[in-house]
Amino acid sequence: MTPLLKYTLRLADNALIIGHRLSEWCGHGPVLEQDIALTNMALDHLGQARSLYQYAAEQVNNMPAAEKKNLFTGDAIQGLIREGGMIDEDNVAYLRDGWDFCNILLVEQPNNDWAYTIARSFFYDTFNYFFYTELRNSKDTTLSAVAEKSLKEVLYHKRWSGEWMIRLGDGTEESHTRIQQAVNDLWMYTGEFFKMDEVDTTMLQNGDGVDLPAVKMQWEQRVAAILEEATLQLPPTGWMQDGGKQGVHTEHLGYVLAELQFMQRAYPRHVW
Amino acid sequence: MGTIEIKEGGVMSELTESRIYEWLSAVTDPEVPVLTILDLGIVRKVSISNTEKGAAVTISITPTYSGCPAMDVISVGIRMALLSQGIKDIKIELQLSPAWTTDWMTEDGKRKLKEYGIAPPNRKAFQPLGFFEEEEVTCPRCGAADTTLVSNFGPTSCKALYKCLSCFEPFEHFKCH
Ligand SMILES: [Zn+2]
Repeated sequence: MTPLLKYTLRLADNALIIGHRLSEWCGHGPVLEQDIALTNMALDHLGQARSLYQYAAEQVNNMPAAEKKNLFTGDAIQGLIREGGMIDEDNVAYLRDGWDFCNILLVEQPNNDWAYTIARSFFYDTFNYFFYTELRNSKDTTLSAVAEKSLKEVLYHKRWSGEWMIRLGDGTEESHTRIQQAVNDLWMYTGEFFKMDEVDTTMLQNGDGVDLPAVKMQWEQRVAAILEEATLQLPPTGWMQDGGKQGVHTEHLGYVLAELQFMQRAYPRHVW
Repeated sequence: MGTIEIKEGGVMSELTESRIYEWLSAVTDPEVPVLTILDLGIVRKVSISNTEKGAAVTISITPTYSGCPAMDVISVGIRMALLSQGIKDIKIELQLSPAWTTDWMTEDGKRKLKEYGIAPPNRKAFQPLGFFEEEEVTCPRCGAADTTLVSNFGPTSCKALYKCLSCFEPFEHFKCH
């Protein structure tokens, strides 16, 4: 798999999985306005995922046949490619197996309660903001266009989750305790955001990718500032769990995919 | 390239970009039907070429928000509008950059929004607000400036929810984006 395809899929999978997680709140929000806010943000992520999956599918379709042979472990999509068919964004989203997904681990973590959902969004939105800001300078014109477009939407997300961090942290004793717990528990999944592997390095060297350690500095500053305003403790540096970018996931992703992909797996190539 | 002609009402007439824009002005946004796609500024380019089979038209459109579900309906609307004028070779391209902004909305569009009961975008986009800072929005019903934000997110991606503190009516605000 080319570094560009891997990179595109990582971004797309992040967007799809966080979008799906947020959409699980639909009809369960604490108040109607927040229910609508969550589904709006889920829709933004889904739209971004669609643009990126379209780009991934286009890259696969343009590859020479020999390079397409072992792109994915899942035979549902690999079979389609073997038959010589063109794939589209839906195939990439619905027909790959867990091993083929390369989203960061944070986005697949369960909603749990309102505090966990907010903390997860806060860490991710802050990262997304600085990441997409940098990705706008990518030499790859599709990635830079997606970044430019997405960034405007990420601004709303970042504001929403940042405000909620302050509201909960600096709120009641109960809300403070619960958001602090969520921050502590999810902290170990944030190290993966910034870990450069050979895909990131190649993309950066080509002028197509983002310098993650540079994003890390901005992210840490911002997170520390908001946690302080929210009267919350910044967790100590410690063990960070990674693996998602390489396709090694927590047990939660399987459940997400079982629900997300159900229709296409139960009724292959079904359309309506 | 020579003149491209189309048959209109039994007579041949020249196909120009402005003619196509005229037709596109009949295509509306399914979610805010008072606005045409030209009012919204989502049509970025129109180009005409001559093929053996007749005139071919390419329209570039840009989505308002990444996940805007109206884009597919709008594409169908454009196709129908051109087909009904006898254009058969139609290509619709989706263009992401430069990213759409409410700065491209026409003054006429903003007026129509207000008459429809939606507060139009009232400033240049891309000056993000700080935490807990509220956009100053005038009530589209009674004109009062004394309004309050209910939620930054509304029934569609492009709108926020407000409440007027003077006439107490809830209303939607087309966000500056
Ligand atoms: Zn009023």
